[in-house]
Amino acid sequence: MSRTNVKQNLDARRVTQELFTLTYGAFVAQILNDYEHVDEVNKQLDKIGYNIGVRLIDDFLARNPNVGRCHDLRETADVLAKQGFKTYLGISPSITNWSPAGDEFSLLLDGNPLTEFVELPEGQGQKLSYNQIICGAIRGALEMVQLEVECRFVQDQLKGDNATELRVKFLKKLEDALPVGED
Amino acid sequence: MVVYNLYIFNRNGQCLFYREWLRRRPGTMTQEEEFKLMNGFMHSIKSFVQRLSPQDLKDGFVSFKTNCYKLNYYETATGVKFVLNTDNNVGNIRDILHQLYSTIFVNYIVKNPSCSATDIINTEQEIFIEKLDEFISNLSIFAQTNKA
Repeated sequence: MSRTNVKQNLDARRVTQELFTLTYGAFVAQILNDYEHVDEVNKQLDKIGYNIGVRLIDDFLARNPNVGRCHDLRETADVLAKQGFKTYLGISPSITNWSPAGDEFSLLLDGNPLTEFVELPEGQGQKLSYNQIICGAIRGALEMVQLEVECRFVQDQLKGDNATELRVKFLKKLEDALPVGED
Repeated sequence: MVVYNLYIFNRNGQCLFYREWLRRRPGTMTQEEEFKLMNGFMHSIKSFVQRLSPQDLKDGFVSFKTNCYKLNYYETATGVKFVLNTDNNVGNIRDILHQLYSTIFVNYIVKNPSCSATDIINTEQEIFIEKLDEFISNLSIFAQTNKA
């Protein structure tokens, strides 16, 4: 009895992930139809990701009561890779290529659930940044915790690279708004 | 033990939501002024606590007590601030305030596409208000609010 239950649960999770992958695929296909330029599609995916990230961060903090404010970018990178990606995509990217100043790092994604069953079309399609939504989500989420960052993909397995590499660059710390007359 | 009232502020210091369960003495100013005063006060006390602390603070400002009430404060990393006034017998309710954020605010405001964590919560958000009342009235610290 309990064995079959466990099996059912696993299957259910699997279905959900496939549903997610395919929904995202349908969604990208629709946006590709709606816009003439691939650059514009990338921009839209980024914007949608941003809007998701802005909300997702509250859900993330609610689920992980032990995560407080990070004191440096290394800590942020750790939480992002080990807890953020784990919670929402079920993967734990590795953190590499720190810049000497410690303000830039890369996340190496393997087994990205978004790109399962995906192949980019020839020609214009090769310019599509299929995962761009992830960049937007990271940017939006970190902005809500007072960190302004820039995110971009520098390598993409869909484009024939060996790995999928997401580069995150710290720009500046945003300040809290002060009430009028305070300093 | 008694729960008096709750304020929720966003990161810009706007009061998103106010609810009172028991308040025998009405405020002497308009509600809007009261919100501003409360927000300014929270801001000042936070920086006061930070500057005067002899060692590194983990949680920062958590609560204060007067001879007749206790003010409990909880701020999330995203800058949402919860202020809950209770009577003096209430202990540390940080967990409760986190729960209020994670189970009520996140579920019924953040996850509602027609609301956002930075907009004022209007009275149309009945489900949020209903769930909040339910959450607060199920707390053991609420037990005597009605009787008091």
